[in-house]
Amino acid sequence: MARDKLVWHGLLWLVLLTMPYWMNAVGGYTELAVRVIVLGLAAMALNFLLGFTGVLSFGHAAYFGLGAYGAAMAIKFALPSTPFAILVGVIAGTLAAAVIAALIVKLRGVYFAMVTIAFGQVFYFIAFRWNSVTGGDDGLTGWRRQPLHLGSATLDIAANDKAFYYLVLAFFILAVAAMGLLLRSPLGRTLIAIRENERRARFLGIPVEQHIWIAFVISGFFAALAGTFYALLSNFTDPRSLHWTLSGNFVIMAVLGGMRSFWGPLIGAAIFVVLQDYVSSHTENWMSIIGLFFVLVVTFFPRGVLGFIKRRVAS
Amino acid sequence: MTLLRVQDVSRHFGSLVAVDHVSMIVEPGELRAVIGPNGAGKTTFFNMISGFFPPTQGTIVFDDRDITTWPAHKRVAAGMARTFQITEIFPELSVRENLRIPVEVAAGLRLRPWLSRADDRKIRARLDELLTMGGLGEKADRLVGELSHGDQRATEIMMSLALNPRLLLLDEPTAGMGDQETYDVTRLIRKLHRDSRLTIVLIEHDMRVVFHLADRIMVLAEGAMLAEGTPDEIAKDERVQAAYLGKTE
Repeated sequence: MARDKLVWHGLLWLVLLTMPYWMNAVGGYTELAVRVIVLGLAAMALNFLLGFTGVLSFGHAAYFGLGAYGAAMAIKFALPSTPFAILVGVIAGTLAAAVIAALIVKLRGVYFAMVTIAFGQVFYFIAFRWNSVTGGDDGLTGWRRQPLHLGSATLDIAANDKAFYYLVLAFFILAVAAMGLLLRSPLGRTLIAIRENERRARFLGIPVEQHIWIAFVISGFFAALAGTFYALLSNFTDPRSLHWTLSGNFVIMAVLGGMRSFWGPLIGAAIFVVLQDYVSSHTENWMSIIGLFFVLVVTFFPRGVLGFIKRRVAS
Repeated sequence: MTLLRVQDVSRHFGSLVAVDHVSMIVEPGELRAVIGPNGAGKTTFFNMISGFFPPTQGTIVFDDRDITTWPAHKRVAAGMARTFQITEIFPELSVRENLRIPVEVAAGLRLRPWLSRADDRKIRARLDELLTMGGLGEKADRLVGELSHGDQRATEIMMSLALNPRLLLLDEPTAGMGDQETYDVTRLIRKLHRDSRLTIVLIEHDMRVVFHLADRIMVLAEGAMLAEGTPDEIAKDERVQAAYLGKTE
């Protein structure tokens, strides 16, 4: 069991660390690799809430998209600096998550999910309508991610795809390590307690609303971080990065990969992104293929792809 | 000094009066049983004390503080813990993990995103202590959901105890149990009461358990208090026999 885990983690890190070097050989490209880890991070952020606190948000594109718009607008209107853009995007997304979560933590189940969609759509419509600032439906163009100046050295993430990939990977590793450590902490255990039995958690002295709020903010923080890289990746963002269908895709990624597994959402995101890229080059109806795949996975492997593999390896 | 003073509480659900002007005083170290036929309002009474919902009227004073409108988690922090008629545990976690959560809450660590080695050692030591006390040592790493009903109930009681409460509320601790399990849980409760001088209020259907454990008994019927006294007094009370004991025994 312990050896299986070692093999699996070794394989995972090997793939993540070498992806840009073989993506082209298997018909992909570096940008696709970045998309996998960016959307993987967003799905893992959502799953911090969904899989480990037991709270379903259908509006995480709001924080993801605010991260994207925050980063884009920071560079376009304020300061041409990539770290500044990341900072602004993360603050914007996290603040929104903190305010919205405070308004809705008393709701549960489908009501909670519906209200997260509604709040998410508010940001979508603002981005869509406010042409003069957000570029409206056409999106926000006319800005570029900037090279990183580290003391005397310069990391040219603007022109070098691979350098950008490794920057994103570095942040991904930090974010994932932080989430992993949080889940192994007393705070993380209270979240799992809420997922397992809210009533018991409450009568063990855990103020459930406060803890769900904290989980929501942490989740929104990492979703916003992912969003900033999403905008920086293509030097562009548009209202679709805020749309509830993207929120739905995050949920699909988490469930597809396995929402009870820590790494499941990353696997789900990889399957989703690669399938989308591959199928959409053959047919416009790529979503129906993904939908079919999703239905099959949920029907036959209710614990997701990773949950299924784990069970297979264990038995 | 009185630990718990429930003064003239009532609870209405629409037009139904589930609990009607009931008072109770519990002294430190006492083991109080609340009995009564089905629908007498025992669990409703318990839910008001533990903060599941507030009373429609009346006040509840715990440790000289008026807690009538406090939320449940605040009452826990003040020293009150409870179990439920239908066991409330974390079925997909191990016994150790189930106990670890209240141990960490009691240590004031619930918001901590890290754990120092010294704290971790203290928590592990406390966990071992609780596992031994509850007779759960050998089952510590099994999932609670896979254990017998009796062991699940013992886990729930130990989870409540992990909070270091000064008042433990047990809602039908032997409900749905066989003879051996009932005996084991009764023994555990008596041990907690005798050894730790823990104040306990329990609702119970099994009269053998009640008369074996309780210092004082309160009888509820149709939402109102029918009688209160020592087990001997209650056994002799004609109104109680008529309303309750006569029917079931």
